[in-house]
Amino acid sequence: MIEHDLRALRRALAAKEISSVELTELYLQRIARHNPQLNAYISVDPESSLAQARAADQRLASGEGGPLTGIPIAHKDIFCSRGWLTTCGSKMLGNFVSPYDAAVIARFAAAGAVLLGKTNMDEFAMGSSNETSFYGPVKNPWDASCVPGGSSGGSAAAVVARLAPAATGTDTGGSIRQPAALCNLTGMKPTYGVVSRYGMIAFASSLDQAGPLARSAADCALLLNTMAGFDERDSTSLDRPPEDYSRELDRGAADRPLAGLKIGLPEQFFGEGCAPEVMQLVDTAIGEYRRLGAETVAVSLPNMDLSVAAYYVIAPAEASSNLARFDGVRYGYRAAQYEDLNDLYGKSRAQGFGAEVKRRILIGTYVLSHGYYDAYYLQAQRIRRLIANDFAEAFRQCDVIVGPTSPSTAFKLGEKAADPVQMYLSDIYTIAVNLAGLPAISLPCGFAGGLPAGLQLIGDYFTEARLLDVAHRYQQASSWHLQCPAGFA
Amino acid sequence: MSLTPEQVRRVAHLARIEISDAEAASTVGHLNDIFTLIEKMQAVDTRGVEPMAHAQDVGQRLRADRVSEAGEVAQRDAFQAIAPETAAGLYLVPKVIE
Amino acid sequence: MKAWEVVIGIETHAQLSTRAKIFSGSSTAFGAAPNVQANAVDIALPGVLPVLNKGAVECAIRFGLAVGAEIAPRSVFARKNYFYPDLPKGYQISQYELPVVLGGKLAIAVGDGEKVVNLTRAHLEEDAGKSLHEGLGHHFHGRTGIDLNRAGTPLLEIVSEPDMRSAAEAVAYARVLHALVRWIGICDGNMQEGSFRCDANVSVRRVGEAKLGTRREIKNLNSFRFMQQAIEYEVQWQIATLEDGGTIEQATVLFDPGSGETRAMRSKEDAHDYRYFPDPDLLPLLIDRQWVERVGLAMPELPAAKRQRLLADYALSAYDAAFLTSSLELAAYFEATVAAAGRSNAKTCANWLMVDLTARLNKDDLEIGQSPVAAAQLGGLIARIGDGTISTNIARKVFDALWTGDGSSADEIISRHGWQQISDSSALESLIDDVLAANAAMVAEFRAGKERAFNALVGQAMKATRGKANPQQVSELLRKKLA
Repeated sequence: MIEHDLRALRRALAAKEISSVELTELYLQRIARHNPQLNAYISVDPESSLAQARAADQRLASGEGGPLTGIPIAHKDIFCSRGWLTTCGSKMLGNFVSPYDAAVIARFAAAGAVLLGKTNMDEFAMGSSNETSFYGPVKNPWDASCVPGGSSGGSAAAVVARLAPAATGTDTGGSIRQPAALCNLTGMKPTYGVVSRYGMIAFASSLDQAGPLARSAADCALLLNTMAGFDERDSTSLDRPPEDYSRELDRGAADRPLAGLKIGLPEQFFGEGCAPEVMQLVDTAIGEYRRLGAETVAVSLPNMDLSVAAYYVIAPAEASSNLARFDGVRYGYRAAQYEDLNDLYGKSRAQGFGAEVKRRILIGTYVLSHGYYDAYYLQAQRIRRLIANDFAEAFRQCDVIVGPTSPSTAFKLGEKAADPVQMYLSDIYTIAVNLAGLPAISLPCGFAGGLPAGLQLIGDYFTEARLLDVAHRYQQASSWHLQCPAGFA
Repeated sequence: MSLTPEQVRRVAHLARIEISDAEAASTVGHLNDIFTLIEKMQAVDTRGVEPMAHAQDVGQRLRADRVSEAGEVAQRDAFQAIAPETAAGLYLVPKVIE
Repeated sequence: MKAWEVVIGIETHAQLSTRAKIFSGSSTAFGAAPNVQANAVDIALPGVLPVLNKGAVECAIRFGLAVGAEIAPRSVFARKNYFYPDLPKGYQISQYELPVVLGGKLAIAVGDGEKVVNLTRAHLEEDAGKSLHEGLGHHFHGRTGIDLNRAGTPLLEIVSEPDMRSAAEAVAYARVLHALVRWIGICDGNMQEGSFRCDANVSVRRVGEAKLGTRREIKNLNSFRFMQQAIEYEVQWQIATLEDGGTIEQATVLFDPGSGETRAMRSKEDAHDYRYFPDPDLLPLLIDRQWVERVGLAMPELPAAKRQRLLADYALSAYDAAFLTSSLELAAYFEATVAAAGRSNAKTCANWLMVDLTARLNKDDLEIGQSPVAAAQLGGLIARIGDGTISTNIARKVFDALWTGDGSSADEIISRHGWQQISDSSALESLIDDVLAANAAMVAEFRAGKERAFNALVGQAMKATRGKANPQQVSELLRKKLA
């Protein structure tokens, strides 16, 4: 059962081969057994999950189930979930039981999914290794001495270790795609504005976007069908007609299913900076795409190497303001001892936030402060425009841009923790996508030294269905995505 | 450019994050490494480039002027159940002097 | 030494009369229990997002049209970052570089003339909550209580150029602005409840000096009287300080009505660095010409235009016209009264509104909109004065009856009481003959040259008619009989 994809689970539930309660219990047992070792979950609440499973079983019995009815889904602990502890990986929210549901949580509930638990993450989604979580690092199921990636590392570890059939994540600079690559999963960041940000604790509002983390593109499509949709409570949510993101997937198999597809290969993705063993796997996957009928063309993203610099101005600037609400007055952590109001603020925030979060708040505060705004913030926004223009130009020549997701396979726990800049550079291939607001997907493309590597596909705005199809065709012709880490089968 | 511990303390005060002199001194190194990375931007001539604040180039959607929530004591109490300090329906903080 | 010149600019925060808050669906109604009208967005729970209220934007457009300003086709909301417990997000959503309303002018009366005050801009923003420092009871000792019901109430911040040269001009500007925002229905103008608050930037310089002096900002002036007092005190303090060889430090000050003095605020003293940047949660606000035109069509006639029309159409004095256009309600009441009374009685209508009705409303502490006597009723009454049916004295009795609800129209009351004037001269003549017969002594005195006796006879005759005779007619008949 744990190897079933979401469609197979749906069939099994509909055919009464298993009930939602049984399926939920199965996963809860696996979590009880493996989570102490992986630390993928921050909160599990069997009573609450099983109550939802029972309700789902009733819906299934009456034949009114939706596409996800009765299927347990894990959610990154960045989504506010009514009645659940919602920590965002921080001590600051260590006592925050959310009084309301995020849009994503509500949409899964409406689809009948069971909330299986809240997954570990880098504190306020700031990190690429899951080591900044106040609740301890997550271990990579492929090698417990390695990181799972971040910030959605808990979701990635949970899904690949079969502690959840699928999970949600959020991606501000690669936080879905990079852990997907490091854990052998398929993870998608949709076009900015496709999934509502309401109730998703903000890191960098103009970059944050929620998306699915699953074991296949087909599963991602089903999850995205539930997650995507207009929400009047989010001013940046786009009011577009609903789409079926799995509509391309059921096209019959063909000899050359991707004939006519133009894959753009940006020189900036294939230069120095990427581990050779990862590059070799990426090259092999591109060869497979040619075999499937795609044609490759050389493109260029000349300003891409500025993306990390621009990102580390824009994201901290927005974060410094977004995180000002955590002041120890209305909810969250308040220092035990303080002398006056400013002391209450200063101590609550100094004690409630971890080192990386504080670092980014300081950077963000600095780049917005008097005398520096133009040189940093405005310059970063102009470079953001140049990067978006580069992509627009590239998409005049190709349908999909392909390259590595991460410059390396999973690195060792602690390896980069002391060097923020090295950590930031692990997102070198993913960040530009967030700056432009484009959709992108990472999918497994093989193993190097026993650790998985990811292939990144980037599409033009609103081409999620196409990207999922392109990923799906590769997965029909390969089995990397089906590999399960030893000890979790 | 490079930051001084004094600048770090000023920024930390603006951000209301208490920081000791020792922390300020030890943070300076990391921050300056990051700023070295950021400084790469300064070499680029961006004259005439429109700053990009949002991923989508669209206008703002507006909400009708309609009260959508009743404003109930029960909801207030639910919100305040997770607050550090309240009384009589108010959030409490140390006395603010104007 | 040259004389001092005073330079004043005013920033006004007008709470907009929308039903819901500017970025959330909470009610803006005043007076709810603490924090009950503060929803998830208003208390800034993690993850919540703002969505702009169209009604607030429409208020800004109305204001822009009313002052002849430019309505920006594209404006931007920015975050103003600072920590304060009544500011739940740690930033205020406001407009900074690109406000929704640019420029504009407002004419104020100065002495016998008029002065035009230029406006810099007007922008939309959200109000903060309230900090309660007192009245919390003993177990809140050393605590400040935070009520976020007001947090998120829409504000239009209206910024004038530093065009005012005295406290009196500043107050005149504030009064005209206050009347205007109420006139166009965007603000209830209730200063006690804080719906209309002014900050005054005050500086002084020697006459002829081009450079502005260092200004101090007097915050939160919530009455015109306090504004006058505060500015007058501040001006004499600044002049005295400079003449004593001191310097003025830029500062934010509060006015203490008890002492009549201004003093610098102790908190918020650290250098302001608000780190404005475009709010990433809110896309640019786009206002197309069609929308502005639609709002324009729904606008009432503006006070200045109405004033001109009253002068031209009804031959009123400038004073009357200004009084009657001090509020939209009063102007509407006046026009409805004239419609019922007839245009030829316009001046009488103006007098009745400005004297009798206003006095009675003030006595009962009522607004014009709450008047128990409707405009049509008052107009009906004035029509009867105009056609000679009743005297002004009788009219006051009719008005009292209308006020207390003792009758639905002037005509009904007049006929019920039989208060029509006696204008049939044969009836009056026989009545006067009776009066002369009964007061032979007075007649003798009159004939002996005592003019006072004549007045006494008129009084007797009026008494005999129970006030229903036309005094002028009585007097004429008496003269004829005694001649």
